[in-house]
Amino acid sequence: MSVLRSFLTKPTVGPFVALVLASVFFSTQSDRFLTASNFSFILQQVMVVGTLAIGQTLIILTKGIDLSCGLIMAFASIVMTKLAVDTGLHPLLATLIGIGAGGMFGFINGFLVTKLRLPPFIVTLGTLNIAFALTRIYSTTAVVDLPYLQIALGNTFSIGKTNITYGVLVMLALYLLVWYVLAATPTGRHIYAIGDNPESARLLGIRSNRLLLAIYTVAGLIYGLAALLLVARLNVGDPQAGQTANLDSITAVVLGGTSLFGGRGHILGTLLGALIVGIFRNGLQLMGVSAIYQVLVTGLLVIIAVSVDQLSREKN
Amino acid sequence: MKHASMNKKVILEAKGLTKTYGHVTALNKADIKLYKGEILAIIGDNGAGKSTLIKALSGALVPDSGVIFLDGKKVHFKNPSQARARGIETVYQDLAVAPALNIADNLFLGREILRPNFLGKIFRLRHTAAMLHQAKQHMEELKIGIQSMRQEVSTLSGGQRQAVAVCRSAAFARHLIIMDEPTAALGVKESSLVLELIRKIKSRGLSIIVISHNMPQVFAIADRIHIQRLGQREAVINPKHYSMSDAVAIMTGSKKAHTQAA
Ligand SMILES: Nc1ncnc2c1ncn2[C@@H]1O[C@H](COP(=O)(O)OP(=O)(O)OP(=O)(O)O)[C@@H](O)[C@H]1O
Ligand SMILES: [Mg+2]
Repeated sequence: MSVLRSFLTKPTVGPFVALVLASVFFSTQSDRFLTASNFSFILQQVMVVGTLAIGQTLIILTKGIDLSCGLIMAFASIVMTKLAVDTGLHPLLATLIGIGAGGMFGFINGFLVTKLRLPPFIVTLGTLNIAFALTRIYSTTAVVDLPYLQIALGNTFSIGKTNITYGVLVMLALYLLVWYVLAATPTGRHIYAIGDNPESARLLGIRSNRLLLAIYTVAGLIYGLAALLLVARLNVGDPQAGQTANLDSITAVVLGGTSLFGGRGHILGTLLGALIVGIFRNGLQLMGVSAIYQVLVTGLLVIIAVSVDQLSREKN
Repeated sequence: MKHASMNKKVILEAKGLTKTYGHVTALNKADIKLYKGEILAIIGDNGAGKSTLIKALSGALVPDSGVIFLDGKKVHFKNPSQARARGIETVYQDLAVAPALNIADNLFLGREILRPNFLGKIFRLRHTAAMLHQAKQHMEELKIGIQSMRQEVSTLSGGQRQAVAVCRSAAFARHLIIMDEPTAALGVKESSLVLELIRKIKSRGLSIIVISHNMPQVFAIADRIHIQRLGQREAVINPKHYSMSDAVAIMTGSKKAHTQAA
């Protein structure tokens, strides 16, 4: 049992094993699971949640949580598409404004968390609803006929029989960038330190509030980028999008071995976590399990992952 | 009565420091004076304002009123980094390390060494090897027997953690080190390790302020003892001229000091 537990709590080993086990299970359930085209499909589905989960990881590392990420993304996607299609702004400008809108929401989250010292859970529950309402106020229907620039990242190229979406490359590049910052720069060390104990980090000479504000803002910008990937994948600006993305992204982060108690975790674990979420969704779909059971399974997954996190803390 | 400290240089002086939290007066026009190269112990009951006093000196909080002079010049610290930039290092009560980071990262937190070339300048790449190497040197200088600077601080014993915190301060302090109850959580053996460190730091010519509740320790290492009571400096005594029970009596207000150690 202790062997199993220490194995499960090794940073990225646990998530990797879970990923392999899930793949093996689903390949016994459906012939279509282990095919190149299905693999492309999973990657495409993972691209949006996987990108959101990058911002979510940064915030959870600081002992925070972001419930608003999916709806900030929905808001940003409606802003960028509507400005381009209805208002007639240059697509590039419209896209940048949309990403900026995500950043603005992130900044507001960060401002409320650092300056007013409100708990991230409540702050982002509030901005979740605000973003949701603003999206609906701005547009009740899907925005169609998008400019090429906004759907270009949905195009694919092929390696062998596998089609890869350009957006997946964007996601992977972002993972590499954030991995570098966390692992190799002073800022990375500071993020882990403030997640561990913000007051202690402040006393040790880190400008905790400034860094936290920056993290929330950057996370917002990442959600804006996820909005562009979402739009590219769907080919429309959808005001209904992103509603399950909150839980999916948190699940990905926790499955990836990042502790909800802050200060511990690995961004590449999050990528594995996002893949696990994607594989479960896809595998259950192929098995013909109805959508509502997929939601049920996601709920179970997050609780299992949090329990492992808690157990490993108690062991230390 | 003549004191050795009289012909010494004052390195830090604060006058009339006041800090209130709502109805609680943590500091009530407190004064403090520190000479170059000495160990000044601060004693006082729980809640006497010892931690608040040193937090005001180290920039962890901004006092409501009062002035602080460092090397004769008036200073005004808004945060711990500003005090640190002026050569004041502090080991805070209970919050002295970042447990999730390794020893080297703890020593260099907030002042990491970057690669010298474009990798550092543009890509902000940390120079891990240099930091590990220097961390080992600093730790060896203070004879702290920890093998790997890669060891996560959360896996260290209480005494080893405190040693890391003290070493971090000693490595970077140019003027003085402030320590808030550095031995409070430690056993006898680990306490004596930390006391030994404090003496070593003093022998390098640095000045030290150390808060402690442990009278034998205080009397063993302090050159002078600052007695804090009800948010004020009640007295400063020379440990050679007072007994421990006298010090405690002054601390609790049942006795007045007959002489002041400047
Ligand atoms: N952040 C704060 N908010 C409210 N009151 C505080 C705060 N910090 C300190 N105090 C109060 O100020 C007074 C002095 O506290 P301080 O921590 O300086 O005492 P201390 O002498 O260090 O005590 P101890 O020996 O227990 O560490 C106490 O009454 C304490 O309750
Ligand atoms: Mg105290």
